Amino acid sequence: MKGIGGYGNAFGCPTVGGEVAFEECYGQNPLVNALCLGIVKADAIFKGRAEGVGNTVFYVGAKTGRDGIHGATMASAEFGEGSEEKRPTVQVGDPFMEKVLLEACLEALKTGAVVGIQDMGAAGLTCSTSEMGARAGTGVEVDIAKVPKRETGMTAYEVMLSESQERMLLVAERGREQEVMRIFEKWDLHAEPIGRVTANRRLRVFHDGVLEADVPNEALTDAAPVYDRPWTEPVNPAAAENVLALPPPADLGQALLQLLASPSIANKRWIYRQYDSTVRTNTLVGPGSDAAVVRVKGTRKALAIATDGNGRYSWLDPFEGARLAVAEAARNVACSGAVPIGATNCLNFGNPEKPEVMGQLVKAIRGMGEACRRLEIPITGGNVSLYNETDGRAIYPTPVMGVVGLLEDADTVLRRWFVEEGDLVYLLGTTGEDLGGSELVKVVHGKIAGRPPRLDLEAEKRLHALLAEGAARGILRSAHDASEGGLAVTLAECAFRGEEPGLGGRFDLPGGLRPDVLVFSETPSRAVVTTPDELRIAELARRHGVPWARVGVVGGGRLTLVSGGAALVDLPLERLHEAWMSLESLLSTRSA
Amino acid sequence: MKVGVVVFPGSNCDHDTYHALKHVCGQEARFVWHKDSDLSGLDAVVLPGGFAYGDYLRTGAIARFSPVMRAVTEFAGQGGPVLGICNGFQILQEAGLLAGAMLRNRTVKFLSQPVHVRVERDDTAATAGLPVGSVLTMPIAHGEGNFYLPDDEVDRLEQEGRVVFRYTTRDGRLADEANPNGSLRAIAGICNRERNVVGLMPHPERASEAALGSADGRRIFEALVTSLVRA
Repeated sequence: MKGIGGYGNAFGCPTVGGEVAFEECYGQNPLVNALCLGIVKADAIFKGRAEGVGNTVFYVGAKTGRDGIHGATMASAEFGEGSEEKRPTVQVGDPFMEKVLLEACLEALKTGAVVGIQDMGAAGLTCSTSEMGARAGTGVEVDIAKVPKRETGMTAYEVMLSESQERMLLVAERGREQEVMRIFEKWDLHAEPIGRVTANRRLRVFHDGVLEADVPNEALTDAAPVYDRPWTEPVNPAAAENVLALPPPADLGQALLQLLASPSIANKRWIYRQYDSTVRTNTLVGPGSDAAVVRVKGTRKALAIATDGNGRYSWLDPFEGARLAVAEAARNVACSGAVPIGATNCLNFGNPEKPEVMGQLVKAIRGMGEACRRLEIPITGGNVSLYNETDGRAIYPTPVMGVVGLLEDADTVLRRWFVEEGDLVYLLGTTGEDLGGSELVKVVHGKIAGRPPRLDLEAEKRLHALLAEGAARGILRSAHDASEGGLAVTLAECAFRGEEPGLGGRFDLPGGLRPDVLVFSETPSRAVVTTPDELRIAELARRHGVPWARVGVVGGGRLTLVSGGAALVDLPLERLHEAWMSLESLLSTRSA
Repeated sequence: MKVGVVVFPGSNCDHDTYHALKHVCGQEARFVWHKDSDLSGLDAVVLPGGFAYGDYLRTGAIARFSPVMRAVTEFAGQGGPVLGICNGFQILQEAGLLAGAMLRNRTVKFLSQPVHVRVERDDTAATAGLPVGSVLTMPIAHGEGNFYLPDDEVDRLEQEGRVVFRYTTRDGRLADEANPNGSLRAIAGICNRERNVVGLMPHPERASEAALGSADGRRIFEALVTSLVRA
């Protein structure tokens, strides 16, 4: 948290939302996945291409040190005994340098003198030079003696592999170098010409004029060997357990309080308050709703962003877990009234050299691909984090999805909480017997078991279309997807007004299921919405082919759930809200 | 009114402040690079929030040596209105234009949240025309906003009526839980003796449009205009 806040806050990029999940398997291998969303004018996109033979290759930003050498290879090894000493190879970030570099680069791009630009990430200069050359069908020649360094005696090998942060490689048109250099001078940075673009499709590295490396671009990029690792069908015996045979909780209200206070469900204010979520003055919906929403200044539009992934589901069934992650992220975006327009992902897995881990990876990718194709959401990129193992024990396979959605009119944005006393509450979708991998089974029975919910992607897609239209036409006043913790948790979160207890509601749920299953089942493709207009929502749901049921009315300051005439939960909102906010006092006490 | 928004390396609320002044409040605005010292033609100067020079040293300690600060000091000396927001406030303190210093928040953590502040004075450049006792809701986003001054100096500050904003509850009551960072006497903003230099920790530019959750901050920028008319 300190890392995210310390960098993002200073850099001036608001941290507008996110997700936090806790499982024991992440104790030694904590995962941090970040999604950064930017806006670019369609006719002003710069690419990482070293165009134009004879053009100058500039190095800009922080100086190169020995930090991060082999960073990428360390990230691709298991942790075990003795690996403590490897961890310092991780670089220390300098958000101030990043901020200044960003401003200077944006200003330099405006001159028109820059033809290509790429940051130096994994494998530093080696990657950026060979990739920029490969993409443009050119070559790049650099002299590492000209690379600004903060340590002495660095070899060409070290310079080329350093992963020091906050560095950029840019190619400027020959004859216009001064224009670029002037801008970096203004920002007290230095643009150092370290080489030029050649026609030979090779990366050539010199050290004071002596040739140190001469490699065809392709050998480092497209023609690099591709792994085809053996894999086995993932089979998890825990998934075969019949969780419906577990004894139902005696008191559903008590179980709900327990779920609301569980770290994965509880409100995360203690965390998100440490992140600047309002800088740049675009945040329409910050942390704490289904998706974060930022407006696009100068237009009527807004972008919704959500990230999701459930390691428990994926551990029980990687294919289904990945599909569910896509569906949930897209559903969260849809619940804010947006149409999903793009997805990205981070695949967090154990050691792929183990056939069973490779099997998880194969299945998760298939599941993710299928869900994105059926929901028609293009995956525009992603990231992979493998070898997340300590002493031979892998993390749960954890595909995390990020989905971005578009609202044509920012004024139609929806939030998860109820807005107006007396509004009608509808459940969209059907509830099935989905307790496998659920929060209830974990929190109440201390188990991760059962088959995760089956996802019907067509039903999911219909729900998203309904939500987008219902928001755009002003039929809906609020929307919240039903997921972890089932309907009971969902309705409580709707009844809360974020960090305040909120309006409450009284709900009569359709029967047919065992009461604990009814309120805690995690069947996907469902949402709780409110509207003042009975007729319009019925027409909307019918036309989209989404099952709907009127389940209650907003107000009353309590959360009351009944079904078939039996009271299931009846608690004052303050009590539920207190449980939901309890993570804060727990964490503050621990850290004091 | 023409307002200059000073840009230090590491400023990150410069564009937000410019947006609020120009596109929300309809005033003329221009950026002033920290290496410039030409403030000619400006009616007011705003030092926006951010992490000038990364705040690696004490906040604002390096920024105050930027060439523009000589010009700002001169501008303030001639009675020109100067508003420092968050990091801008800290820079004004380092430059000696405003009193006190900022300690780490008492939670020792960065705090990003909406707060309520009560207007204590209606005779400063940033509050002219705002009723004393009115409560404004604006976000804070800082790690070091815990206002501190030695006892006798804070007494003097109070006597001279230089406390401009205090953290309160929504209904304007002083309460420990309404003071997010532990500031001495719940001080959220102060002014200089001449009342033309004002600093505050909350971000009015982030609360200038209803779509962002509050439009109260806009009243502070409008007060800048009012103060000029009065002067």
